[in-house]
This record gives sequence, structure tokens and C-alpha cells, in this order.
Amino acid sequence: MRLDQCWTGQRLVVQSVEDGLVRDMAVRIGLGAGVEVTCQTKLPLGPVVLTWGDQEIAVGRGIARRIMVRVQRGRRGEAGEP
Amino acid sequence: MNPGREAGCHTHGSRDGIRPAPGGKIIVLAGNPNTGKSLVFNYLTRLYADVSNYPGTTVDLLSGRMGAHVVVDTPGVYGLSAFNDEERVARDMVARADMVVNVVDAGHLERDLFLTLQLADAGVPFVVALNLMDEAEARGISIDTDTLAEVLGVPVVPTVAVTGKGLNALKSQLTHARPGHLDGATPDPARLSAEAKDLVASIGAEEGSERESAYARRRERANALAARVMTRRPRREGTGERLGRLLLEPLVGLPVLVVLLAAIYQLIGVVVAQWVVGFTEDTIMLGYYEPAVRSLLGPLFGPGNPVGQLLLGEFGILTMTVTYLLGLLLPLVAAIYLAIALLEDSGYLPRLAVLLDRAFVSLGLNGRAVIPVILGLGCGAMASMSTRVLGTVRERRIALFLLALAVPCSAQLGVVTAMMAGLGARYLAAYVLIVGAVFLSAGALLNRLLPGESSFLLIDLPHLRWPAVGNVLRKTFSRSAGFLKDAVPLFIFGALLVGVMQLTGALTIIETWTAPVASGWLGLPAEASRAFIMGFIRRDFGVAGLFGLPLSPHQILVAVVTITLFVPCIASILVVGRERGWREAAIIWLAVFCIAFLVGGVVHRLPFP
Repeated sequence: MRLDQCWTGQRLVVQSVEDGLVRDMAVRIGLGAGVEVTCQTKLPLGPVVLTWGDQEIAVGRGIARRIMVRVQRGRRGEAGEP
Repeated sequence: MNPGREAGCHTHGSRDGIRPAPGGKIIVLAGNPNTGKSLVFNYLTRLYADVSNYPGTTVDLLSGRMGAHVVVDTPGVYGLSAFNDEERVARDMVARADMVVNVVDAGHLERDLFLTLQLADAGVPFVVALNLMDEAEARGISIDTDTLAEVLGVPVVPTVAVTGKGLNALKSQLTHARPGHLDGATPDPARLSAEAKDLVASIGAEEGSERESAYARRRERANALAARVMTRRPRREGTGERLGRLLLEPLVGLPVLVVLLAAIYQLIGVVVAQWVVGFTEDTIMLGYYEPAVRSLLGPLFGPGNPVGQLLLGEFGILTMTVTYLLGLLLPLVAAIYLAIALLEDSGYLPRLAVLLDRAFVSLGLNGRAVIPVILGLGCGAMASMSTRVLGTVRERRIALFLLALAVPCSAQLGVVTAMMAGLGARYLAAYVLIVGAVFLSAGALLNRLLPGESSFLLIDLPHLRWPAVGNVLRKTFSRSAGFLKDAVPLFIFGALLVGVMQLTGALTIIETWTAPVASGWLGLPAEASRAFIMGFIRRDFGVAGLFGLPLSPHQILVAVVTITLFVPCIASILVVGRERGWREAAIIWLAVFCIAFLVGGVVHRLPFP
């Protein structure tokens, strides 16, 4: 699914970043395919805030729509999508 | 040190004045944003620092001396690419460096090692300052510095720059700087070449898919290295982290923002604009300085002498210009820079950008635009310069236009507040609503009309921390000095222009011509047109011209709204011209001019009791 569809508290694995320039910028700060992140907050119609390790990054909605993720664990601990 | 490099690196131009003494070296500090580079820089260079403008860009470089060596602080970047001016400057400086001090945030090792490995791949001699060790330890992180040094092949010095811990050791390790170990799989051509020029070319040459795979590989190496040297103890979340997270929740973040803005307004709008400026402008400049300079130089010219008028008259270069710059603007600008440095160094601004991102997206901007807008409430010229933090030309255009139109500067806000005092909350609310509505609709309209796409927010959120007092003061001082350096020529030009217009009678002629606009369209007394002519120079000037006129509350509202939206001052529009070209500056200026009078006329016709 797309990153903008995630819920607060979900653990996600980044699968791909569609835009080339965004991908290069994101990978430099550590956000690349295979990274496991937590969706910390979603502002109403605004950015998605992700954390992993000691890193905390805000991703605007426009970019979040172009990042594909897989759900590792849902917010109440249920399994994610197959 | 490779002798070839040494010969090569000094052949580059020194237009920016960065040149070591004979036998000295160029030492460049490089690191991610918010790693404490400036503090390391301050330690190495002690008291002496120069701000220079990097040729061809609007990026400021700080350089200072350490013995025969010259130390350069570069903008914080996540890598040596060419995604923006900051990165190009950092890359070029690294290419010119004899050695690099890579300042790394120990609490963000994974992220920061990307740049470190890029430095290793570039073959430049460097040492690593593993900074913010105290914060990392407080977060339960410990780092095996010996292994890190061994794998990288360069000295790694743990430091706490705020307290100065480890900085002496860092200084003594500078002599051991050497090129880092290479990624065995991909020998980098830069490593084989001794020429600094080739180094620049090779760092920038990673393009498209080549860059993508190089980046992905470097990211993997960084992650693997971080995992190898770092251990993390589980621990409870600290207060700073909890607060940082809460600030991103609109229900907490927005009220905090309001309180913060009120506090800043108290500092700048009340303490400085009224008390400090009251002393510096009225007591010192108008009370002592101007009479002194008039009585000293006045006899040299005699009454009616045109040169004397230009120097000492109403718009005199030695009277009005000096009073305005030193008595009024300098204290305000310094206070604004102080507030901004506090906001920057505490890590709050990125959180504010996140909070307000959604609102800015509908204006064709993203959350980053809070920086120019906040600066704009200080000084429009300064804010216009800061639009370079925005990602695309489209965003810069929108931001420059909004700044020119609907973001009143501190001096203007001060005079507007004074004029509206006593009119009651209803008029104040009307003013805020009208100007706010103009801001939002102009942004939304530009977002629809301008071609192209704006960039979206992708921002790293640093930990919240207490700002280091010394660094905040130092930043405030060097920026205020830089502002003066920029503003002085513009003000002299403006004063000369109006002075000449006054002498030749052009000022009176224009006043007569424009009187019908003021009285017919805006419903103000004819004398008000003089205020608008003064407003061409500076908007707050214009408001000051309205002070003495007998106006009804509704007339005051019309006048204050019109002059708020009225054309940007000469200093601002000169900055816009320098940043975006004169054609665009002229278009912005004309559009703002028309909108100001249009809105003013509409407000005059509003049925407002």
C-alpha cells in the first residue's frame, strides 16, 4: 500500500520510492527500500511522521503517495496485509 | 598529505577571500545539519570569523583563522551532491580543502555515516568528530569508536562541543587526518586523481541510475557500519522526546505556537520596538546625534545648499539614513535574529514546518516556507533572501510575491499597532482578517496560475535541545553585521533618490497628480498621497506620514490596510531583483501596487460602521 494510507502506530517496511530525485534524497537520510519504520503521527491531510532508530522524519503527503510500504504489524498488534 | 593535491587546491580562485597564510592549510568543516559544526568552528577559530558570500550563490560561508591555517564552516548537508546551492558550496569547499573535519551526530550515526563514507570515497584527508556524545549516551547509545576509526581508516574523536569536551583532542588529531578506507567493490576515480578539480567532477558526476545505485550501496555500507559499532540500551522516553512528539499534534502544537508568537511579539514588538528603539532612535539619534552632526557640518553648506540638503536634510544621508539604520533598524533586526537563532538552535522550526505544511501546500508552498514568512514579520529584505531555502523556482516566486504583498515587517507592524491603538478589537480583527485573506487568496491564486509543480516536504526532525547561549549570540551578531553591510548601500541610494526628488520639486508634482487617487478612490484626505510616495521607500515611512492626519476610524483602517499591502520597500525589491531578475521584480512590484489600491478602495466601500 501507499505510505499515505498508513495508520498511526503501524510498523511498516519501505518497499520502493517512485520518484528518482526523492529516492536519492530520502536514501541519504536513511529512508530507503527495506528500512523498517514506525508511523508515529499523521497530521490531518498533512505530513506523515516516521521514526526508526533515533531518526525522525516528516514526509509531505505528496511524497508519501509515492512511497510504497508493506505493513509489518498493525496498531493493535494484528498481522498486516499478506 | 598528497603533494599533488596541495599544489592543485590553491590554484582555485580566492574570490571569497579563503586563502591560508604561507604553509597553512584549508581546513573545512563538513557535516549534516544540526550536528554542532558551528560550535566546533567557534572553538577552532576562537574569536575571529568572516562571513563571505560564496561566488555565484547566495550561500554565506564562515571562515576564520587557526594559526596559519584557515578554517571554513560549510552549510549542513546530508551528502555532497548538487541538489541545491548549499550542497554545491559544501562540495566545492570539500574539493578545495587540504583536510576535512567531518562533524558527526553520535545519536544519528546511521544517517550521518552516509556523508562520512562519501568523504572517504572522495579520497580527501579527514578526521571524524563524533559529536553530541552526551545526548547519545542519554539516549542509551554507546559507540565503539576504536572499531569505527579502524573501519573508516581515519581518526575518530568523541566530543561534546557545547561543553568543549574532546575539542582539544580533536585539534591535536588534525595532523593525523588521512584519506579514509575505500569501499573495496567500487574504486572511486577521485581517489586515483590528485587534482582537486577532478575531485569536484567525480563527486558531482553520479547522475541518474548511476547515482541511484551508488547511493543505495553507500546507504547499505553506512547502515552495516552503524550496526557494527553501535549498541543501544533499551530505556524510557525522555521529556525532550515526549515534548518533541507532542508539538507535532495539532491540538498541542498550535496553542504552543500561539504562545510562542506572543512571547516573540513581546520581545520584538514591545521590549525592542518600543523601549530599546525609543532610547536608540529618539534619545541617542534624534536627541544627540542629528543635532550634533547638523551643527558640526551645517555651517559648511549654508541654508538652501543642495549638497547640504542631500546630506543633512529631511531625507539626509547623514541624518535620516543613519538614524533609521542604527537607531531603528539595527536593534529590531538584532532582536529578530536573536529570536530566530533561538528557534533554529532549539530544533523547533522543523516541527513548525510539519505542523503548518498542510496550510502551505494549498498556497503552492510546503512547510519549509514558514522560515521566510517568520523572517518576513521581521524584515522583508532579509526574508526575501531566505526564500532560497525553498525547493523550486515556482515556490520562490510565490513566496517572494506573498512577502512583497501581505507580510508586514516589524517596523511597519509597530507603526500600524500604534495607529490602530484605541480603535478597539473590532478594527484590529478586521485588519488581521483582511490582510490574512489577501495572503491566502493571493497564494491560492498563484498556485493555480503558475505552471510547474512545487516540491513536497521531506524534512529531518532534530531532537529538541537547549540552545547554546554563546552560539546564539554569535549567530545574532554575525547576521546583524551582515544585514548592515547589505542595507547601508541600499539606504544611501534610497535617501539620495528621494532627496533629489524633493530638491527638484518632483516630489510635489507627483503628490499633486496622485491626490485624486487618495481622495477619490480611497476616501482619504489629499495629503495622504504624500504618505504613499514615502511608502515607495519604506512602508513604515508611509504609515508614519499618515500619523498627523485627522482620520476617522474607517479611514484609518483603509489607510493601514492599503499601506500594509503597498509596494515593498526599496531594499526588499532590490533583493527580489537580485534573486529573480529585474523583469520579475518589476512585475511583482506593479502587481502589488495594483492589488494594494484595489483592496484599499474595496475596504473604503465596505459598510463598516
